[in-house]
Amino acid sequence: MTALAPPTARVEKNTTSTGGRSGPVVWMALPALAIFTAFGVIPLLGVVFLSFTTWDGIGEVVPSGLTSWRAVLSDPGLPHALYATFLIMFLSWAFQTPLSILIGVFLAGHERYRAVLAVLYFVPLLLSSAAIAIAYKALLDPNFGLGAGLGIDFLVQDWLGEEKLAIGTVIFVVSWQFIPFHSLIYQGGVRQIPTSMYEAAQIDGAGRMRRFFSITLPQLKYTIITSSTLMVVGSLTFFDLIFVLTAGGPGDATRVLALDMYKEGFQASLMGPASAIAVILVLVGLALALILRRIGGGSSGDSQLEGA
Amino acid sequence: MATTLSTRPKQSAGESPRLRPRRRSLLGLNWLGGAAGWLWLVIVMVPIYWIVITSFKTQSNYFSTNPLAPPSSPTLASYRLVIESDFIRYFANSVIVTLGAVIPAVLVSFMAAYAIVRAGRSSRFLRSVNALFLMGLAIPLQATIIPVYLIIIRLQLYDTLLAIILPSIAFAVPLSVLVLSNFIRDVPKELFESMRMDGATEWGTLWHLAFPLTRPALVTVTIYNGLLIWNGFLLPLILTQSPDQRTLPLALWTFQGQYGINVPAVLASVVLTTLPILILYVVGRRQLLSGLTAGFGK
Repeated sequence: MTALAPPTARVEKNTTSTGGRSGPVVWMALPALAIFTAFGVIPLLGVVFLSFTTWDGIGEVVPSGLTSWRAVLSDPGLPHALYATFLIMFLSWAFQTPLSILIGVFLAGHERYRAVLAVLYFVPLLLSSAAIAIAYKALLDPNFGLGAGLGIDFLVQDWLGEEKLAIGTVIFVVSWQFIPFHSLIYQGGVRQIPTSMYEAAQIDGAGRMRRFFSITLPQLKYTIITSSTLMVVGSLTFFDLIFVLTAGGPGDATRVLALDMYKEGFQASLMGPASAIAVILVLVGLALALILRRIGGGSSGDSQLEGA
Repeated sequence: MATTLSTRPKQSAGESPRLRPRRRSLLGLNWLGGAAGWLWLVIVMVPIYWIVITSFKTQSNYFSTNPLAPPSSPTLASYRLVIESDFIRYFANSVIVTLGAVIPAVLVSFMAAYAIVRAGRSSRFLRSVNALFLMGLAIPLQATIIPVYLIIIRLQLYDTLLAIILPSIAFAVPLSVLVLSNFIRDVPKELFESMRMDGATEWGTLWHLAFPLTRPALVTVTIYNGLLIWNGFLLPLILTQSPDQRTLPLALWTFQGQYGINVPAVLASVVLTTLPILILYVVGRRQLLSGLTAGFGK
């Protein structure tokens, strides 16, 4: 970037002192930095601070040392919430990834009808999680839902009322919402694989299975990491869907960390412990992002998304 | 690879039929992918179909007819009920919040992305700003909701639409800056250089060069953020209280609490809240799909 040698002194604002040679542009980053600092960075530091206080959400914030942490770490609810979080994270990843890859490979074909399918696939992404959860609640109702109406016994189960079924339902609804998105990511990835590789493999006599496992999958490595990162970090934020669908129930079966934080803070008015849970949530998110980047092999991944 | 290529063609010349199906089968595992693709289409479309037809049924009709059969006498009664339940107000709130957050978010992100790309390695400050935004991507920002709540209360913004707008802008910045800076980086340096020769300021270059050249990315980022904010649930849930300030997703949820048994009405509200997005999708889908695959599939 040699263009930055600053002879064009006719810049309206040269107020910022930092940045030296690039003075003319630095100020342009300031609005974004300001708002992100006010509502991103400060809250991030604030949540750590609040985890060492007692606050009921209305009155004064009172420093209280390790009280909140002690309460949270000795609460059997925490390991359970962690378990539920990782269980749902893992199962939804394990369910979505193979299907998304298959569908992505399928969509990568250039036939016209596949483009139409891609358009239809995208529709669930337009709905809010709240809308999806509300619709599925009605659809899965054991008495008045789709299964009961059609008289299909298999579908007539208390989907949201039994622990295992409720977890399965959450994973299904999550997949329903996000598989289309990940399929599109894989479609883009597959289309970037050079056709010559397949031609060469075909000339070598490699069958379809062989081509899939020795070319497509290895070539999709970075796409798989991107998609998995989005899935894994994203699954930490399945708040709205689970909140509306099961509210953490039945019992505490689907009470994931984000929900645990909300209930502790905004329903039980224990903002201190809720902040401690939030800190744990941040740490889990950061740890997962780092692990996935390590798997992805190195720092070149700056442009690979880290979660959204 | 090169060696295999140079030795093999002679052998394979005799089995040319195997080369016939080109792109289609080249990818491998095609039939399995096809099966998965069609199966998933059914899984995606059946609930959507059910939502739409049910919203046109009467409540008694809903209990008595085949759930997948279209209503014999479609009725708009559910839609009327929803619209009469202050839907217009919630709709307006959602529009205000979405536009009020997305436009500033995209503008400030665009300016920041421009600065980050133009400064390159020469500004340590901007590199740290960029690192800060990248870190923001790895953090589940919902986890910061309690301090955000505290800040909003202290700013006396609780229970206003601005309370939703401000954090929404902040949450949109990291991803927007990342995507936009990737696209601005693709603008040939010579163009910047010639703008400079012509005596353009950075501010002028931003608007007259970078802006038009990254318009597709700007549209993608706008749609993507718009979708997230339009559908946002947590911020309105926590930062507002009175019915006057409700946005659509929150209204849906309370509506479901009120009319839970009236399934057609609940589903009509689902359809109505999605409709504007669906229309935008039909208009801008090419942009969105290609933008997303280009942005994420790298």
